[in-house]
Amino acid sequence: MTAVLELDGITKRFGTLVANDAVSLSLAKGEILALLGENGAGKTTLMNILFGHYTADEGEVHVFGSTLPPGKPRAAIEAGVGMVHQHFTLAGNLTVLDNVVLGSEPLMRLQSQRARARARLAAIAERFGLPVDPDARIGDLSVGERQRVEILKALYRDASILILDEPTAVLARPEAERLFDTLRGMTRGGLSLIFISHKLHEVMAASDRVVVLRGGRNVAERRTADTDPDELAELMVGRRVTRPRRQQHATGAPVVIGTDITVREGGERRLDGVSFQVCEGEILGIVGVSGNGQAALGRLLSGLARPDAGRLTLNGEDMGALGPRALVRAGVGRIPEDRHAEGAVGELPVWENAVLERMGTAEFSSRGFVRRGAARRFAHTLIERFDIRGAAAETRTRLLSGGNMQKLILGRILSAGPRFILANQPTRGLDEGAIAAVHAELLAARAEGAAILLITEELEEAIGLADRMQAIVRGRLSAPVAAEQADSRRLGLMMAGMWERDDAA
Amino acid sequence: MRLERRAHVPLGLAAIAPLAAIAAAMVLAAGLIAMAGVSPLTAYGEMLRGAFGSRLSVTETLTRATPLILTGLAAAVAFRSRLWNIGGEGQFYVGALVTAWAGHFLLAGLPPVIGMALLMAGGMAAGAALLAGPAFLRLRFGVDEVVTTLLLNFVVILFVGLMIEGPLRDPLAFGWPQSVPVDGALRLPDLVPRSRLHVGFVVAIAAAGVVWLILARTVFGAEARAAGFNARAAAFAGVSLPRTIMGVALLSGALAGLAGAIEVMGVTGNVTTTLSPGFGYSGIVVAMLAALHPAGVVAAALFVATIFVGADGMARATGVPSFIADVIMAMSLLTMLVALLFTTYRIRR
Amino acid sequence: MMEAFDILTTASLWAAVLRIATPLIFGVLGALLCERAGVLNLGIEGIMTMGAMVGWLTVFLGADLWTGLAVAALSGALMGLLHAFLTVPLALSQHVSGLGITLFASSLSYYLYRLIVEVGDLPPTIAPFRPLAIPFLSDIPFLGPVLFAQTAPTYLALAAVAVLAYVLNRTPVGLAIRMTGENPHAVEAQGLDPIAIRIGAVVAGSALMAVGGAFLTMAAFNSFFPQMVQGRGWICIALVVFASWRPGKALLGALLFAFFDAYQLRLQNVVEDVPYQLFLMAPYLLSILALILVARRAQVPEALMAPYRRGER
Repeated sequence: MTAVLELDGITKRFGTLVANDAVSLSLAKGEILALLGENGAGKTTLMNILFGHYTADEGEVHVFGSTLPPGKPRAAIEAGVGMVHQHFTLAGNLTVLDNVVLGSEPLMRLQSQRARARARLAAIAERFGLPVDPDARIGDLSVGERQRVEILKALYRDASILILDEPTAVLARPEAERLFDTLRGMTRGGLSLIFISHKLHEVMAASDRVVVLRGGRNVAERRTADTDPDELAELMVGRRVTRPRRQQHATGAPVVIGTDITVREGGERRLDGVSFQVCEGEILGIVGVSGNGQAALGRLLSGLARPDAGRLTLNGEDMGALGPRALVRAGVGRIPEDRHAEGAVGELPVWENAVLERMGTAEFSSRGFVRRGAARRFAHTLIERFDIRGAAAETRTRLLSGGNMQKLILGRILSAGPRFILANQPTRGLDEGAIAAVHAELLAARAEGAAILLITEELEEAIGLADRMQAIVRGRLSAPVAAEQADSRRLGLMMAGMWERDDAA
Repeated sequence: MRLERRAHVPLGLAAIAPLAAIAAAMVLAAGLIAMAGVSPLTAYGEMLRGAFGSRLSVTETLTRATPLILTGLAAAVAFRSRLWNIGGEGQFYVGALVTAWAGHFLLAGLPPVIGMALLMAGGMAAGAALLAGPAFLRLRFGVDEVVTTLLLNFVVILFVGLMIEGPLRDPLAFGWPQSVPVDGALRLPDLVPRSRLHVGFVVAIAAAGVVWLILARTVFGAEARAAGFNARAAAFAGVSLPRTIMGVALLSGALAGLAGAIEVMGVTGNVTTTLSPGFGYSGIVVAMLAALHPAGVVAAALFVATIFVGADGMARATGVPSFIADVIMAMSLLTMLVALLFTTYRIRR
Repeated sequence: MMEAFDILTTASLWAAVLRIATPLIFGVLGALLCERAGVLNLGIEGIMTMGAMVGWLTVFLGADLWTGLAVAALSGALMGLLHAFLTVPLALSQHVSGLGITLFASSLSYYLYRLIVEVGDLPPTIAPFRPLAIPFLSDIPFLGPVLFAQTAPTYLALAAVAVLAYVLNRTPVGLAIRMTGENPHAVEAQGLDPIAIRIGAVVAGSALMAVGGAFLTMAAFNSFFPQMVQGRGWICIALVVFASWRPGKALLGALLFAFFDAYQLRLQNVVEDVPYQLFLMAPYLLSILALILVARRAQVPEALMAPYRRGER
C-alpha cells in the first residue's frame, strides 16, 4: 500500500510545553486511521499542524509524495486535505452555500457563480448521502446538520484525505454510528480518513488502524484487528489509573426538587417541563449529547436563569428566584460547565478566585474592605487540602493547568460544606489522573451527605458515579433509571431520545 | 514570528513601558519639528524651559496637571471594568457648569470650607449623573456607550453655550459669553502665592489615593476588576454586573465632574465654552500611559501637562505650531499601546 | 407655524439634504466596511479631519480637485493601515487604538495645516466642486434642482452605495469580508487569510471616510479650519448600527439624518425664541435615540471587535 499522507518527525512546542514530540505517522489510501489519546495528548495540535493552522518547530508533512509548505491551510486544501473541526468553523449568520463556497473562487472575480456552486453542492451531497438545504442559515441547523455542512465543505474542495477532530463529540450514539457508516462508504470511493478520538469503543468499531498518542509522542501503532480495548486503554493512559467507583449506600431525604420546570431563553424553550429530584447522599446523573438543554439546566441551578414555569425547591424552600450569591449562602456549590470562561477570572490571583463567591461575607471582608490576610490564608489551606499543584496564593489563575484549576473550583465549593452540588461537565478536557481526583472528591462529598446533580456527556462518568440517571434530549428529561438498570446500550438509546414509548417522565 | 503570552509581567518592564513609549513618540515628533525648520533638540529644550524654566512655569504645569489627573482617573476607573467612557469632556463641563451655578446662586455666603466641599460634591454628582445615562442605556438596551458618551460631549457643549448665553449669563461681562462667577469666598485658595496653582492640586492627588484604595482594597474594587477581566466568570461567582458597572460609571463620571468643578473654583471662576482644551480626551491618554494605575495617572498627567505648557513656550520661542503637543500626546498613546503589548507578550520566532 | 411646513416644499431644502448627507454617506460606508470585516474604526473622526485637510491642501498647492480627492483618500488609507496594523496583527484594543488614531490624525492635520499655510484673519480658500447640472434632467421642476444639480462627489457617494452593496453581497471578496466579520476561523479553515482581509477592508473603509471629510472642504465649504468635522464621524458610527450593517439602509439613515439637519437649520430662521443650540443638539440626540430603538434588534457581525490571533481559538 502506498501512503497518501506522511507526517515525519513533527515537533511542536508552546513555551516550555512540548505538545508534539517527533511524531511520525502515515496514512494509506482508502484507510481509516484512528488517532487515539486522552485530553492533552497532542492529537488536535498534530492535526492542526497537518492542516496548516500551526507551524511545526521541526518535521515535515508529505501529501501524495510532495512536501506541504508549513502554516498554509490553503496549500493543504489544494493538496487535497480537508479538515472537519471539532468546534465547527462556520458562520452562524450566513447560509450553507455561503459557508461552502467561501474560498473556492478566485477572490477578485467580479461575480460569484452561485448557480454553478449550488448545482455542484447538490451533486456532492447526493453522491455522499449528506443532504442539506443550501439556503438554510447555519444558525438554524441542528448540530448534526452543521457537522454535515462541515464535511461537505471539505468534499466541495475535492478533499481526498479527510481529518475529523472528535467527530462524535456532539452526536448521540445512533447518529455516530450512522456517521461512521457514511465515512466507511466514502473510503470505498477512494477517500482516506483520520479521525481523532478518545473513545475506545468507536476506535475499535470504526478504524482499520490506531495510532496512540501520549504526552505528545507516538507511543504505539496497532492494526485494529490485532488489539483490544484493554490494551488501548493502557497504551493511552500509560499507567494504571483506576477511577474510583460509587459504593452502595442509603440515601436520605430529597434536597432539591424540580417540578415541571420550563426555561425560555432568546424566545426558545431551552428546558421544557422537566422534573427531577436529588436526595441527600445521592448523585443524579443527567446524561445527554451536548446542546440539548444542559446549558440552561446549568444556568438554572447556578442562579443565572429563572424558571418561567414550574417550581424549584431547596430543602422545601423556593430556590428558583435565588441569584448566585444567595444560592452560595443557602449551601449550594456550583461547578460551571466551562472553567476558563465561568469558573475563574484568569487574570486574578488564586486567592481572589478562591474567595470570589464569598468575598462580601464577614469571613472575608469588613466594612467593605477585603480581609486580604484571611483570604490568603484560606487560599493556602485550599492549595494544601486539595493538592493544587503549581500554585501559590499570588499565582495568576490562568497559569494553572486545567486539572488544578478544577481542583481550585472544587475546593472553593467543597470547603463550604455544601448541601447541594451542581457538577456541570466536571471533567471535560481533563486527563485521567485529574478525572480520578475529581471523581474521588465528588464521591467523598456524596458520602458526607451532599446531594449532587451531575451533568455529563460521558457515559462512563455517569455509570461510574451516578445512583440514578435521566437523559436530556431537546430540553426534556426522561424518567429516572436506577444505576443497576442502566447499561451503556440503554443509556445510548435514551440519549438519542428513544425513551418516549416506555419510560416517559 | 509570533507572540507568546508572558507568565508574569516583570515589574521593571511595566515601569519602562511608558518611558519607552514617550521616548518613541518624541523621536517621531522630532521629524515633524524638523519639517518646521527648527532643530528638534532646540525645540525640546524650549519645551522643557517652557514647562519648568521658572517658578511660574512650574506652577503652571502643576495647575495644568490638576484636571488631567482627575480626568485620567475617570478614564482609568472606567476602562479597568471595560466601560468605555469617552465622555470625560462632557462630564467635565457639566461639573463646571453646576459649580458655577451653585457657587453663584445657591451656596454663596456659606462658610468657605463647607461651601467648597458642597460645590465639589455638586460637580461630582453632575458628572456622575451624566455618565449614568449611557451606563443605563448599555445595561437596559445594550446601546454601546462609546458612541453615546461621545455624542453627549457635543450635546453638553451646546448646552453650556445655551446656559451661558441665557440663564447663567454673566451680566457684567459686556456681552462676552461667560457664566456668572463663583462667589469669591468659595474660590480655592492658592497653594503657591502669586501663581495660579491652587489647593485643587492637592485634592487631585488625594483623589488618586482614594481611587487606589477603592480599586485595590475594597470588595467593590475587586468585583469591578473581576467584571473587567471576565464578566461571565464574575457573574457566575455572584458579582452583580449591572450594579458594578453602574457603580463604576458613577465613580468615573464623578471624577471627571470633579475636574470641572475644581477648574472653575481654582482657576477661572466661571465657565466658557473654551474652558477645557480637551481635558476629557487627554484624560484617556493619561490613563493609558498610566496602564490604568492610579499612581501612574499622576505621573502621566504631569507628563501631558509638561508637553502642553512646554509647547506654548516652545511655540513662542521657535515658531513651531503648538499643535505639536497634541501630536506628541496622540503618538504616545499609540506607542504606549504597542509597549503594553510587549509587557504582556514576548516575541517568539 | 405654516412657515415650518412651507420649508418642506422647497427644492432648496431637499437639495441641501443630499449635500449634507454626502460626507455622512462616505463615512458610514467606510465604517460599515470596516465593521463587516470585524474591526471597529473609531479613527473615523480623525480620518475625516485628515481627509478634509489633505484634500483641501492638495488643491491649495495647485493640484486639480480630483487629484485632491484621490490624495485625501490616500491619506485616509494610510491612517487606516496604521489602525489595521495595531488592531489586526497586533490585536490591540480596537477602542483605544481608534481613539488614538482620531487624536493623531486630527492633531497631525492641524499641525501640518498651520505649518504649511499662512493664516491671516480669514482662512485661505480654494475653488471648490461646483454643482454639476445634468442637461435636461436638471430642468425638471423640483426634482431637477434636488437630484440633478449636485456636485460630482455627491453622485460619487450615491454610486458608492450601490457598488459597496454589490461587492458585499454578490462577489467572492464580499463574501470573504462578511465571513471574516462573522467568524475569522472559518475563513482561515477555507484557506483564506482573515488578517489580510481585515487589513484590506480597514484600509479601503478608511479611504472612504477620508473622501467624506474631503467633501467638507472641497464641496460644502472652500476652506479648512479646526473642529470642522464636528462629530460627523461619531454620528456615522451610530448610523452603522442604525443601518444594521447594510449599505442600503445606511444611505437611508444618512438621508434621514441629513434631513433633520437641513430642516433644523432652516427652522432656526423661522422659529423665534428658541435658542439655536437646541436645534443644533437635535442631530446628536436623534442619533442616540436611533441607537436605543435598534440596539436590541440589530444583527451585529458576530466577530466584531473580537481579535483574531492565528493558532488561538
